[in-house]
Amino acid sequence: MKSRVIGLLTVLIAVIIASCQSEDELEFQRYYNGGKKLYEQKCQNCHSAKGDGLSNLIPPLTDAIYLKKNKALLACMVKYGIKETIITINGKSYEGAMPANDLAPVDIAKVLTYVTNSFGNKMGVIKSEVIDRYLAGCK
Amino acid sequence: MKQLTGLLFITLILFSACKFNAAETPKLPIYGNRDTVSKMVNGKMVVDSVYATIPDFKFVNQYGDSITSKSLNGYVYVADFFFTTCPSICPVMHRNMLKVYADYKNVSDFKIISHTIDPKHDSVPVLKKYADKMGISGQTWWLLQGKKEDTYQLGEKSYLVAVKEDSGTPGGYVHQGWFVLVDKQKRVRGYYDGTDEKQVDKLRADIKTLLAETNTTIAQ
Ligand code: HEC
Repeated sequence: MKSRVIGLLTVLIAVIIASCQSEDELEFQRYYNGGKKLYEQKCQNCHSAKGDGLSNLIPPLTDAIYLKKNKALLACMVKYGIKETIITINGKSYEGAMPANDLAPVDIAKVLTYVTNSFGNKMGVIKSEVIDRYLAGCK
Repeated sequence: MKQLTGLLFITLILFSACKFNAAETPKLPIYGNRDTVSKMVNGKMVVDSVYATIPDFKFVNQYGDSITSKSLNGYVYVADFFFTTCPSICPVMHRNMLKVYADYKNVSDFKIISHTIDPKHDSVPVLKKYADKMGISGQTWWLLQGKKEDTYQLGEKSYLVAVKEDSGTPGGYVHQGWFVLVDKQKRVRGYYDGTDEKQVDKLRADIKTLLAETNTTIAQ
């Protein structure tokens, strides 16, 4: 009898964990898929479909270390654009201009989730609330 | 056996007929208005067709050298219009043009010319910097700057109008990122959407065809 209850409980817990995970997974997919569309509309011209940029004019989005280190800054870059800033990506320096994108925080979250989980990057979901926080800190 | 030989013979004739035809018609179309002129040759009246050609122009390239239409005598070239701060289609166009450049940069009778449509911002030093960042050097790819009116006139009147009148290709070419292929007689031989990888692949193949075309004027 006792072992049966334990067995049932284990199954129950397993189901809960599994469903939680799939919820996370679902949320990730939602962000990622939405982000892909936004990327194609707003970023792909410059950064290319493969995220490899354009010569020394436009940096690739493949520098995982840079992206991880500057997570908060990325949101500000997308929202307010970049001007007269030297950025070093994969050991090469870039000095160009990137236009501002007046996207809602949730859309910035989506597009950055896409970027930071494509082109060889794997940083997981960046949620809308987190973007709110990042944006509040933009200079 | 005899029959087979006969068949082979017929096939051969057909084959050579095909070949003969292929040599007669140019492989790439010739765009633009054409006029016929009558002239006297050896005392006989001959009717000849005259194709629209790209007219004279004078610009300056990224090295500060003066470039005229004469500078392109004897070259097959591809022309496009862009500006260095263009946020939309220009990066796509030039990502694709870099492939054309990579294919043909060592071919002595080929050039690429990119006209800036924003000469106020795109001065010679700005164009040189852009070229350096793109990784283009030497004399194969010229970035040309000049009077805005001259550039627009050339784009709209010489390259675009010809498209509209001849092939029904949609207009607005200056903003739509067309790559225009021009032959050694300065006649337009192809239009390609510079933002479309497939069309650019076609261009890369067509350049080869055009370079192989003889320099003699093609009849009709
Ligand atoms: C007009 C071209 C253009 C567009 C459109 C554009 N960018 Fe950029 N982006 C740039 C340039 C140029 C830089 C480098 C700026 C510098 O050197 O200071 C850059 C830098 C970046 C960087 C930081 C450097 C790196 O490579 O990691 C990120 C992240 C980025 N862009 C993401 C995006 C996203 C996301 C979008 C779409 C919402 C976008 N960009 C749209 C041109 C563009």
